[in-house]
Amino acid sequence: MEMHEQQLRLDGNAAAGMFEDLFVHDVTSARGACAACGAVGEMGAQHLYMTPLSPGAVLRCTSCGGILMVIVHAGGRFRLALQGLVWLEMQDAAVAGSG
Amino acid sequence: MGFVSRAFKGRPRDESRDARLPPGQYLVHDFPVLSAGPTPRTSLAEWTFSIEGEVDEAKHWNWEELRNLPSETLTRDIHCVTKWSKLDTAWEGVSVDTLLEGVETAADYVMAFCDGGYTTNLPLEDLTGGKAWIAYAYDGQPLESQHGGPARLLVPHLYFWKSAKWVRGLRLMNEDSPGFWETYGYHMYGDPWLEQRYSGD
Amino acid sequence: MRSLDLAVPGWPGHRAGQHVDVRLTADDGYQTQRSYSIASAPSTDERLTLTVERLDDGEVSPYLAGELRAGDKLELRGPIGGYFVWEPAAGGPLLFVAGGSGICPLMAMLRLRQAAMSTVPARLLYSSRSLEDVIYRDELDRLGSTGSGVEVMLTLTREQPGTWNGLRRRIDSEMLHAVAWPPAEQPLIFVCGPTPLVETAANALVNLGHEPARIKTERFGPTGG
Repeated sequence: MEMHEQQLRLDGNAAAGMFEDLFVHDVTSARGACAACGAVGEMGAQHLYMTPLSPGAVLRCTSCGGILMVIVHAGGRFRLALQGLVWLEMQDAAVAGSG
Repeated sequence: MGFVSRAFKGRPRDESRDARLPPGQYLVHDFPVLSAGPTPRTSLAEWTFSIEGEVDEAKHWNWEELRNLPSETLTRDIHCVTKWSKLDTAWEGVSVDTLLEGVETAADYVMAFCDGGYTTNLPLEDLTGGKAWIAYAYDGQPLESQHGGPARLLVPHLYFWKSAKWVRGLRLMNEDSPGFWETYGYHMYGDPWLEQRYSGD
Repeated sequence: MRSLDLAVPGWPGHRAGQHVDVRLTADDGYQTQRSYSIASAPSTDERLTLTVERLDDGEVSPYLAGELRAGDKLELRGPIGGYFVWEPAAGGPLLFVAGGSGICPLMAMLRLRQAAMSTVPARLLYSSRSLEDVIYRDELDRLGSTGSGVEVMLTLTREQPGTWNGLRRRIDSEMLHAVAWPPAEQPLIFVCGPTPLVETAANALVNLGHEPARIKTERFGPTGG
């Protein structure tokens, strides 16, 4: 596949490299903005509701309690819901160096 | 990936010799606490319970009114999707049948809704006929908030996430619609005997 | 309590405060995993140390703290987590608040501070049930008494030796006020322990005027086992 400069709509598959870069990142140090209250913080500082054996985990904003992420790991797959985040920002490992 | 860890056994499992234990479950004697969020603190003075949605007329009770309804005591086994089961748990509460008396509806489904925003969906027929309660006492004591007090839905024949903690009402629906965990892939029905844990099971 | 020294061929190294997931597999294929903080300082020798507290109703910790023998193999994933970490370049002064086995990731930071010959001043407030429950007691004694720039304060909540003249209650606001660097010095604060201790300490520190963004916390869940 070759990308043309004018091409705005591609197959999602074309994002494979970008996805791979994104999702191997450490998300605990990623910053995100809460969709409910706008608070910005590192994901590792938010409140996580789960137990070692629960298939589902809920990450909630420490400021307002709003849901940021839900992750269900079950039946051989992960379902990731991010509707409570306006954005999520990760360090570019190529730039950040260590970690 | 993965290799056998020498001499590791893990929790007792597949105790199918106990006919009361659904497949894949193990027995616990404590009462584990699971939650998708902080424990809500609604005062009993503000607490209400509602039946609403596809009904001819919505019904509401305050705490005192609910407590004055005829109650039942019952002992049931409960089964959590995280694989623990607890036998012979003793509850007291109001049967959902009692709450639905005189309610006219053509609805087939129910969304239970709760303080804290949690929801879970069930077929109406799984809440009627002596199968479900609004429970406010456990083991002879008022239900602790960590276990869903002041009152939780109790539907012991389904996985325990259907027995919504901090329940505040039932919304009757003509069509089934996923609740909180169901949206994220938990099973729409959740029969522990069929191991209906996740969608597709 | 047991410390496990693990040789991990190909281990990329870790940052102080990170953890690993340990996965166990039974012979019928049953698997379970738990997260453990790395207690050793970052190093390049492809080794790391985990300290495991045996929880009686646990599933993994009794195996790691009891059954596991030298030579056994473990499946690890990690290092994990880039939030609860300290590096010498982040500076200080440092305030560490620990409860029980919450000392482990903080120990990695203290050990890194020593190994890197960092002169950043550090204080540790560490709550244990009794003197016997103090993990790394000898090492902490040495650290606190050698002019290394580390002050160690223990509080024993349940049981104290007859000669004990230290703190003897759960960590509270008054204790933190006495121990913590003044907010004006902008300490970096790491709190690790059971949820109630972490909540109490973090709230008290914010009320004392510390900036929430400089307080990093790590809670143990209700069932770590």
